[in-house]
Amino acid sequence: MVAGTAEAVSASWVAAIVLLPLVGFLLNGAAAIGTGQRARRGEAPDFRHWTYRLPSWVGPGVVAAAFVLAVLQAVRYARADLHGPVILRYFAWMPVGELRVDAAALIDPLSLLMTLVVTGVGALIHVFSIGYMGHDPGYPRYMAYLNLFVFFMLVLVLGASFPVLFVGWEGVGLCSYLLIGFWFTEKANADAGRKAFVVNRIGDVGFLVGMALLFAHLGTLDFVEVAQRAPQIFAVGAPAITAIALFLFLGATGKSAQIPLYVWLPDAMAGPTPVSALIHAATMVTAGVYMIARNATLYTLAPAASLVVALVGALTAFFAATIGTKQWDIKRVLAYSTVSQLGFMVAAVGMGAYVAGMFHLTTHAFFKAALFLGSGAVIHAMHEALHAVHRHEDAQDMRNMGGLRRAMPVTVAVMLVATLAIAGIPPFAGFFSKDEIVGAAWLGAHGELPLSRGELFGVPGRVWLGFIWGTLSLASLLTAFYMGRLLLYTFFGRNRLGLEPHLHEVGPSMRWPLAVLGGLSVVGGLLNVEPEVPVVGWFRALAIGGPAALHHWLAPVFAPAQALTAPVPEAHPTAVPVVLAVAIGIVGLALAFGLLRPDGLRPAAEAPEERGLARVLYRTWFVDEIYDALVVRPVVALARLGDRLIDNRLIDGLVDGSARFAQGLGLLVGRLQSGQVNTYAFVLTAGALLVLVGMALGFLQG
Amino acid sequence: MDGFYTSHWIVTTLLALPVLGSALVFLVPETRARVVALIVSLLELGLAIPLFWTVSPTATCRVPGILGPLAWGPKVVPLANCTAIPWLPDWGIFYRVGLDGLSLVLVLLAVGLLPLMVLGSWTYIQRRQRTFYAMLLLLTTGVIGVFVAFDLFLFYVFWEMMLIPMYFLIGIWGGERRIYAAVKFFLYTTFGSLLMLVAILVLVHRTWRATGVLSFHYFDLLHTPLTLEQQLWLFAAFALAFAIKVPIVPFHTWLPAAHWQAPTAGSVVLAGVLLKMGVYGLLRFALPYFPDAATHPVVVMVLLGLGVVGVIYGAWVAAVQEDAKRLVAYTSVAHLGYAVVGLFALTTESVQGAVVLMLAHGLSTPMLFFLLGMLYERRHTYRIADYGGLATSLPLWSTALVVAALASVGLPMLNNFVGEFLVLLGAAQARFLYAVLAGTGVILSAVYMLWLVQRAFYGPAPDAVRHHVTDMNGREWALVMPLIVMMVWMGVGPQSFLPPISQQSRQTLEIVLEKPAAQKSAQEVAHAR
Repeated sequence: MVAGTAEAVSASWVAAIVLLPLVGFLLNGAAAIGTGQRARRGEAPDFRHWTYRLPSWVGPGVVAAAFVLAVLQAVRYARADLHGPVILRYFAWMPVGELRVDAAALIDPLSLLMTLVVTGVGALIHVFSIGYMGHDPGYPRYMAYLNLFVFFMLVLVLGASFPVLFVGWEGVGLCSYLLIGFWFTEKANADAGRKAFVVNRIGDVGFLVGMALLFAHLGTLDFVEVAQRAPQIFAVGAPAITAIALFLFLGATGKSAQIPLYVWLPDAMAGPTPVSALIHAATMVTAGVYMIARNATLYTLAPAASLVVALVGALTAFFAATIGTKQWDIKRVLAYSTVSQLGFMVAAVGMGAYVAGMFHLTTHAFFKAALFLGSGAVIHAMHEALHAVHRHEDAQDMRNMGGLRRAMPVTVAVMLVATLAIAGIPPFAGFFSKDEIVGAAWLGAHGELPLSRGELFGVPGRVWLGFIWGTLSLASLLTAFYMGRLLLYTFFGRNRLGLEPHLHEVGPSMRWPLAVLGGLSVVGGLLNVEPEVPVVGWFRALAIGGPAALHHWLAPVFAPAQALTAPVPEAHPTAVPVVLAVAIGIVGLALAFGLLRPDGLRPAAEAPEERGLARVLYRTWFVDEIYDALVVRPVVALARLGDRLIDNRLIDGLVDGSARFAQGLGLLVGRLQSGQVNTYAFVLTAGALLVLVGMALGFLQG
Repeated sequence: MDGFYTSHWIVTTLLALPVLGSALVFLVPETRARVVALIVSLLELGLAIPLFWTVSPTATCRVPGILGPLAWGPKVVPLANCTAIPWLPDWGIFYRVGLDGLSLVLVLLAVGLLPLMVLGSWTYIQRRQRTFYAMLLLLTTGVIGVFVAFDLFLFYVFWEMMLIPMYFLIGIWGGERRIYAAVKFFLYTTFGSLLMLVAILVLVHRTWRATGVLSFHYFDLLHTPLTLEQQLWLFAAFALAFAIKVPIVPFHTWLPAAHWQAPTAGSVVLAGVLLKMGVYGLLRFALPYFPDAATHPVVVMVLLGLGVVGVIYGAWVAAVQEDAKRLVAYTSVAHLGYAVVGLFALTTESVQGAVVLMLAHGLSTPMLFFLLGMLYERRHTYRIADYGGLATSLPLWSTALVVAALASVGLPMLNNFVGEFLVLLGAAQARFLYAVLAGTGVILSAVYMLWLVQRAFYGPAPDAVRHHVTDMNGREWALVMPLIVMMVWMGVGPQSFLPPISQQSRQTLEIVLEKPAAQKSAQEVAHAR
């Protein structure tokens, strides 16, 4: 521990931040066991029983308390003017040979930022859940899982080494699995949970292998030591470091839903909507982005791997956005939107624009949580309305919606703001963060990023970065379009099922978190106003915490990585990319509002089948079908073959054959077991006793 | 009783008490047998637990000198609680027992599972209860004996001794095809152990010829000069016997059959302890006795290859099983495949990882079998297709099953993760490709385990099940809770278990890697270390 840090970072506070949600899990878990027993006896849930009232207090309470502590901790850290990492060691976890893994926390600006996002957005979503889930029979279980998720997420972001991060990494995956399959009586939900877990596990193998390689070369897995030793051991672009970076990235493609492992995230929408907001939009899925930023040094040493990361991110951003334009389920639109936005973040950290990536992660947590909770409010209202008229239509299909803006003024306002944010319209949050990412690609294409000098497949980095800029710009256009489409179909026109009289705004426990997130979607971008960038600079007077506050806050974390790259010619930010980006956002929204006619839509039940490209997009480019045919079915077929042919025919055929050959022995054995077992057991016992007596006599002699 | 825990008497008591208990159960009425067995097993456990603190991993012990025609002076061996009492002294056969870190943890595992097995059989076993508990107790003596014997003849006696009760456990209290399963178990194991017996005799003979000492003492045989060819043959015989026990693919098909048919306690002892004897044997005998063979590139390649095949193939086949117990049996093949990879990657981390994994598997797999046994008592079937809707009808049981399943898939903070992680980390240093291939087991384990959980839990519960099936009772909790506690402890605080293991694995590695080091290129050695 650095001298003088004791007062700046409190080991017990940090422990409390992490453990509070765990305590919440245990309390809510106890309540869940109580309700489980009642449900087993077939009793109707009694929502006034303590088992249903406790989670409303404990669940949001522990997360809010953790948030308050995190804020206080961050303030103390900032006041101490301490930019380096502080390591808090709690106990030795795995000491074996050279390996020393401690249960230790790493406190630095990056982990503090993540802690604030996780607990802050987490607390809001917990509060929202009171209203959204409070009348579900499994409510205590839900709160228990949600608390457990926050615990693991905090382990993930605060862990001081790869293995501790991995504890959180697997733990959040587990909670995701449990919450996706929360309504487990539906097979589809259970399938979706399992798919999420297994697909994530594919990435985890890469992550584990990356860790193992790292340990083989550096002899340590602590983040701080890895960052110190890696530049001494690896030359820039050495094959080993490239391999390590790529293996670790495979893990990130799983968790952060990038090509080729993104397929689990859209299905994950089977879980309750606040879960989608917290786990599958704001926090867990950003773990891969965080991991790459945390290991900026490693990725800076591997420019080719970084280019791969950036390319995968950009392609995912575009690919998912195309699908988002043709989905009807409101949550699926948002799911593909999340995949796409994660692509932006991954592209940013791939390009070495770590601050931009983390910035977008933060603003995205605000506006995407707002969008998901907004969609949750919409679904909730639709459910109630459909319930009121005793109809069993799909409450999530946008073709069944329309006209919700009159009944739900708060929701429509929040979703409108969040849409403007994601579309990159100034001065909303997404404008600043997305602009930084697209701007970085633009600079890179002009040779002004260190990565511009990198090379992949013999093509120079700046060409790739140019391609990435183009891809991201197209993705931005599609983003604005599908979000405009979502707003239009959901809130405008008339209601296509004629539900208008039955639609109502949601209650206060849901409205307030929505409003707060809406507010954050407006001002979140002001956390990092880069004053020297044209257009962006106009807002410098409004900047929160001074110009480029987030940049200054995170700079010490990424300084060692930046020191590894040779200086590049000074960047000359021009107005061109900024203006283009804003224009793209406006065009996208305008296209949606100009071309689409909500009143021409027919409800889901009567809608004609999609054709041509629309069908391909609606069926998500048939990726699931392709994976099924190429991976799933061959694997299952081979397993059957192994079971029936190899084990039962081949090996056992040989074994049984030789057994028959030894028929005499078989007869003998057969006779032994045919009856007098008691006798035999007696003989056996007596024999064993005799041996022991013999030994005892031996003792006396010896 | 000062000195009880520092002398061999504690070990001897642990061996004798279950035999005594197996006689005692015949003195009480049929329905009281389980009570006697429980008392004996708790006594045994209570006696064994202090060993965890009294046995120092670095203990050394003076084996007393021997008088007579083959006299030799006292010698110091790296064991605790050792002794050498003449049995057939003219043949160099002694009652030599002792404990080192590896023996210690395995004995504790075996003894710790015993009371749980009695509890798990409490209502499951209805017929011939006295005989059943007598067999269970005798089996425990055999198992403990295997782990504490440091005389190869004594070792062999115990090795064979545990075979017979196991045979009857399957053959009498098993399912419909119990005879087939029991005979298969018996034949497979006997085949391997006969080969081992021959190899032991040859080894003793070679030592006698080379040094003039006729001895079955473990440490006397440790540095027998053998040519590479001799080593390879003897190694093959030992390794085959242990490979069948592990089991290493393709010698594994007895295991699904045995698990499938065995009663709960039989499956538990099989998975929890008996399989460990294979890994134990490899680590204790096959590796240090024949270091040149064990590090021979072809041997290493074959065994690592089979280990990886075990991991992948076992998991693969597990995924399509229709019988829950067979499924869990195949997961054992997969998990112990990891252990084999860890052993033959021959790095500090991987060997220790293999031992940790073996212990961890000894907790989570028995737990799975216990839970399946409880379910069987309620639903009378092991067919997964007959399950469904259990999450609603048996919420507590389902929670326990999820914990066991998550442990089995290697979730961090639970027992299996530490072992798997160390094996991968260690193996990747020395044998990258094998490590990556074994790593895919991480995916496959999630596939089969979650698929089992889903089929068991999800979907609506049939009304008949809902109303006539009770959730876990106090006795069942009493047997599941200690396992859960130990699983979390192993996952969060593995450092309590590592010191006893690390000393022993380091010694073994030193012996194994010392000799061929001179012949290896510098780089290979660097990798191997």
